[in-house]
Amino acid sequence: MKIEAKNVKFFYGQDQVLKDISMSIKKNTVTALIGPSGCGKSTFLRLFNRMNDLIEGARLEGEILIDGVDIYNKNINVNELRKTIGMVFQKPNPFPKTIYENVAYGLKVNGVSDKNIIEESVEQSLKQAALWEEVKDKLKKSAFALSGGQQQRLCIARALAVKPSILLMDEPASALDPISSIKIEELIYQLKSSYTILIVTHNMQQASRTSDKTAFFYMGELVEFDDTRTLFTNPKKERTQNYITGRFG
Amino acid sequence: MKEKIIEKLLLFCALLTIFTTLGIIAVLLIQSFNFFKEVSFFDFVTDTEWTPLFSNKRYGILPLLSGTLLTTLIAVLVAVPIGLIIAIYLSEYAPKKVRSILKPSLEILAAVPTVVYGYFALVYVTPFLQSIFPSLSGFNSLSPGLMMGIMILPLVSSLSEDALYAVPKFLKEGSFALGATRFQTAWKVMVPAAFSGIAVSVILAISRAIGETMIVAIAAGQQPRLTFNPFVPVETATTYIVQVSSGDVPHDSIEYRTIFAVGMSLFVITLILNNISFWLKRKYQATYS
Amino acid sequence: MINEKSQKSIRRQKALSERLQKISKSKFYLIQDEVFKYFGLFCTILGIAVLIVFLFNLFVTAGSRIDWGFLTNLPSRRAAKAGIYTAWVGTLWILVLTTIIALPIGIAAGVYLEEYNKKNRFSSLLEVNIANLAGVPSIVYGLLGLELFARFIGTGESLLTGALTLALLILPVIIVSTREALKTVPYTIREASYALGATKWQTIWNQVLPASLSGIFTGMILALSRAVGETAPLIVIGALAFVPFVPTSVFDSFTVLPIQIFNWVSRPQKEFSVNAAAAIIVLLSITFMMNGIAVYLRHRWQKKIKW
Repeated sequence: MKIEAKNVKFFYGQDQVLKDISMSIKKNTVTALIGPSGCGKSTFLRLFNRMNDLIEGARLEGEILIDGVDIYNKNINVNELRKTIGMVFQKPNPFPKTIYENVAYGLKVNGVSDKNIIEESVEQSLKQAALWEEVKDKLKKSAFALSGGQQQRLCIARALAVKPSILLMDEPASALDPISSIKIEELIYQLKSSYTILIVTHNMQQASRTSDKTAFFYMGELVEFDDTRTLFTNPKKERTQNYITGRFG
Repeated sequence: MKEKIIEKLLLFCALLTIFTTLGIIAVLLIQSFNFFKEVSFFDFVTDTEWTPLFSNKRYGILPLLSGTLLTTLIAVLVAVPIGLIIAIYLSEYAPKKVRSILKPSLEILAAVPTVVYGYFALVYVTPFLQSIFPSLSGFNSLSPGLMMGIMILPLVSSLSEDALYAVPKFLKEGSFALGATRFQTAWKVMVPAAFSGIAVSVILAISRAIGETMIVAIAAGQQPRLTFNPFVPVETATTYIVQVSSGDVPHDSIEYRTIFAVGMSLFVITLILNNISFWLKRKYQATYS
Repeated sequence: MINEKSQKSIRRQKALSERLQKISKSKFYLIQDEVFKYFGLFCTILGIAVLIVFLFNLFVTAGSRIDWGFLTNLPSRRAAKAGIYTAWVGTLWILVLTTIIALPIGIAAGVYLEEYNKKNRFSSLLEVNIANLAGVPSIVYGLLGLELFARFIGTGESLLTGALTLALLILPVIIVSTREALKTVPYTIREASYALGATKWQTIWNQVLPASLSGIFTGMILALSRAVGETAPLIVIGALAFVPFVPTSVFDSFTVLPIQIFNWVSRPQKEFSVNAAAAIIVLLSITFMMNGIAVYLRHRWQKKIKW
């Protein structure tokens, strides 16, 4: 197992937002996390690179193992951990710098100073994110000059540059137009061979198209977790059935 | 490790502000304490004469405070009504484009150094006023007061505008919906609802005027006098400090210490006023949030 | 709270019912409204108009007084020979020194308060304290500088004392504007940086500070333009009006333009008043230029970055 969550409970102050969640994720698979707004799926996603640490008053119970190691162990260096886990956010959030610097930033903050290595990784990452052909002549231009869809692929390239093994995606296509959205989905499909991907999404078609496994969250609980096909065609729980058929949420 | 050191360094810089406050309080307390060893506090607050630089020394701060009060009063009487009208005009009447030009130009008034306003008051305003009131003395509190009023206009108008903006929209719309004009809505609905916010601007204006130095030092004179006649020379608390500092008063003399006792009074008064305004501001922000 | 609200709604109802009773006079109210509009415009322009008239007068009195000699002559007891050389050089020194002292400290303190500070009693103490410092009369800073720097630390009536005093004076302004600038950097930028394994300081240094730099500089220039015009605290620490030489080190005594102006204004002779007017034109040129740069920077910054 690449990732394992064991009896995870999560609190913001007094509010419990995740209720006893256990889940195992295999290497090089795409797992979709679905559910209505506020169900805890984004919070759950952010546990894996400890982004929730940044929130005051947040508290975790239970264990999260990556490659068998408890990432909430005291000896874990959070920055090292985040380097091995890439993250792509809901809205494209490029840095207000050039395209090149956006991709190179992760390497630089992790102590890579060899210019050749950086240049090479920038090119590779942009190719992986299927953006190279569009930007190779304007690497020194501001990232803000790109379209929304290109910006999101740049953010993916940026995440890939530090060579993570896991990619967390928090509704990566929700702010994009349908065509850009499809491009991101194709990209996810290609990246699957080298990365373990977790993707939070509101869009059920997207979940069914991109993922191998799907987890349905509701009110902080993991209601059902199964192969995507099974979950969408033959859900075991009534709540899942209601949700995927659009009766609520 | 490096991260921790940086955080400590940044914290230290933030703590410098605390040290500044402590420094101000310590300096004022120590020297005032020395002052009050020689002058009774009772005399200081009740005596009606202030003559530390003469041979017959009297240490009553009332004349200085009355000078400060008088110039402040004139400034506030100018700045508050006009500032409020400006705030209403800018927030309710002015077209967006006009507003975007007028508001920054108004800020220029606050950017002019006070010594320049002092010159204006002495060289332009006083002679002009003398042509209307021949009895006006060459140094007086009226003309620096007026000038100070213009200087703090942007402060009053922008704070009042903030207060008007904080009034919930439904109050305004409710009034408009019943056919009230903008004038009626502004004065009968908006201003009463924004009252505590406007009070904040008045208090801060007073505080600013009390601490203002150069305008009064140049144009109000250097004659401590317990009076409320705006036509005669007076001396404000701030002017007195400037007067002593630019003369040759030996350190560690009682005359030298007077400026700290006066400074202490200024500090305490402005501190109280500022904190009343903070408290009021929090209160009115809480009301509408 | 509820009581206050109900009082407010009663007040509101009252105001509205009054409107209804007077509805027949509505024409009068429309005129009143229109008249007030022009009166409001008049009031808004009033202060600026007065300033423009005064500035015009300044140029008429002293425009011809400003020449090369006025800028390069040392002070003199004879008005016609006196220049502002020592004064503007002193102002320049003060400007540079104050920047060197106040800028790093102010930014550092602003970063601490905005990025590191947790919400607790200590942080609210820091914030209330800074708000209070911003309201302390500038002359009181002069008293602090006089006792703490000039006498206790022993830097005397020097440039260093002046710059340290003014740095403390403008520190609250810089801290507040730094915080405002940092606030405009969206959280998503920090998030993206953390997610790549950057530490907190790496994120602040590489992403947050560069993105807010023009905002910080805008605040800094406005604060400095205030420092350039400050007179009272420098008089209190003992800066002299008559300095017959140009300072060459931070320990030299000095004068600045505002003090030179104050000195000339205080003299009864008309020639010195003209000198004062000429020096005011120079001082105002400096402050207006700095304000202009700040406005331009702010404008460009708001235009350039749309998150």
